[in-house]
Amino acid sequence: MRIALLADVGVRSTTFAEEIGRITVFASRLCGAAVRRPLRMRRFVDEVFYLGVLSLVIICVCGLAVGAVLGLQGYNTLERFGATDALGTVVGLSLIRELGPVLTALLTTGRAGSATTAEIGTMVATEQLDGLRMMSIDPLHYVVMPKALAMVFVMPLLSALFIVCGITGGYLVGVYWGVDPGSYITSLETAVTFWDEVVGSLLKSLCFGILVGLIATYRGYFSAPTSQGVSSATTATVVQASVSILIFDYFITALWGV
Amino acid sequence: MPDADNHLQLDRVTMAFGDRPVFENLSCSFPRGEISVILGGSGSGKSTILRLIGGLIHPVSGRILVEGEDITHLHERQMTAVRMKLGMLFQGGALLDSLSVFDNLALPLREHTDADETAIAAAVRDRLDAVGLEDVGALLPNQLSGGMRKRVALARAIMRDPVILLCDEPFSGLDPISTRQIEALLVEINQRRGITIVVVSHHVDSTMRMAGRIMILLPDAVIAGTRDELRHHRDPRVSAFLTADRDNPADLLYPVEQRPGDLR
Repeated sequence: MRIALLADVGVRSTTFAEEIGRITVFASRLCGAAVRRPLRMRRFVDEVFYLGVLSLVIICVCGLAVGAVLGLQGYNTLERFGATDALGTVVGLSLIRELGPVLTALLTTGRAGSATTAEIGTMVATEQLDGLRMMSIDPLHYVVMPKALAMVFVMPLLSALFIVCGITGGYLVGVYWGVDPGSYITSLETAVTFWDEVVGSLLKSLCFGILVGLIATYRGYFSAPTSQGVSSATTATVVQASVSILIFDYFITALWGV
Repeated sequence: MPDADNHLQLDRVTMAFGDRPVFENLSCSFPRGEISVILGGSGSGKSTILRLIGGLIHPVSGRILVEGEDITHLHERQMTAVRMKLGMLFQGGALLDSLSVFDNLALPLREHTDADETAIAAAVRDRLDAVGLEDVGALLPNQLSGGMRKRVALARAIMRDPVILLCDEPFSGLDPISTRQIEALLVEINQRRGITIVVVSHHVDSTMRMAGRIMILLPDAVIAGTRDELRHHRDPRVSAFLTADRDNPADLLYPVEQRPGDLR
């Protein structure tokens, strides 16, 4: 019984170590592909459109909704202490330091990360990547690298947009409930510093972009060439990227203080 | 030893996917400038042979020679040069579904040549003419019928004038007329361009019409020869396979563990 348990732990540990090694090699090959010519600018721009521009609506709507809820909860809490003028600080800092990067990464994982995995996985299943190989074109360079880079590029931009929409949502709700518009903006300006909050927030988003881009492309690239394989890979992307975002968020916050 | 008359050779190749063996000690060769057809039951490893030649998968043991060069252990980047000589028609076409037919055909030229767009457009038109599809350049692959997709894939496979063309089940899922069209195209490409063509197929009628050399993968042997040689082959399984004789079925399922050693 104990030996079986030990063997099971051993197998799982080996599999985990193998997976870490494989994703590390994949990441290094992606980095190599990113600096290799041709630079695939056209495909990169296309991917920025698919991953970024087509996510604008969901990011704006969710940003407004989250900001509005924060505004409402913040107002109700601050009203007890007669400090509703600080609503801009509460909404702004919550969004910039935490909710903006994290929720944007989770939303992007659901909308664009899963689509990336499914698309690459389908290309594996329909032999399109093998077709590229047979034309002496590296699929990692032609298909995967532009998608991963686009994810890294769009994540901070989408996060910034989410934050702006959230602050706007909080403003609208706060002003509706009687908060002075000037106080909201002033408290926001006072609390938010460029380097600590804004740059820190963008760097956090950048890390999440690398994480989601890597997991989504890795899962698609190594998916089994069957419909079930593609579906499992897509599910794995959403689950693993979401959990990784939350775990990395803790460590980034603890180590960088962002 | 590499053989000058044989464009492609597999020398005692053993292949397995994980714990599942496909074939053991398989040796075969494909003559230069001829159409060779590989026949065999489902799961016998016919398509695997093409993927091994293309370097898309690697054998457990044995050697694979393309134009006399041992490609068995070549790195992916080294395979790029070898694949310049190869064209491959995949079973499903493997056309990039995000690109138009024109862009699919233009892709290998844009990637590997300095040709300007005018020259690329002329080359694409030429290949589309060759497969009898002049007006489909603007369409996406999912707007094509199965037969048209196969012909476009064939056009893409010959875009860079390969010396060896590998065709994986080019007739599968096609109606009889489309089958005859693809068959005629392969014969024409072979005769006009002198390309060595290796076809994996289940289609015995087409095979008997077009093949210069036929190779049948049986569970315990590989039987190769010309059409006439195989028609009169003494092994009853060969004639059973070629005539689809259901009263005298060939043992075409492949329980590899029952196989003796060498397949030649």
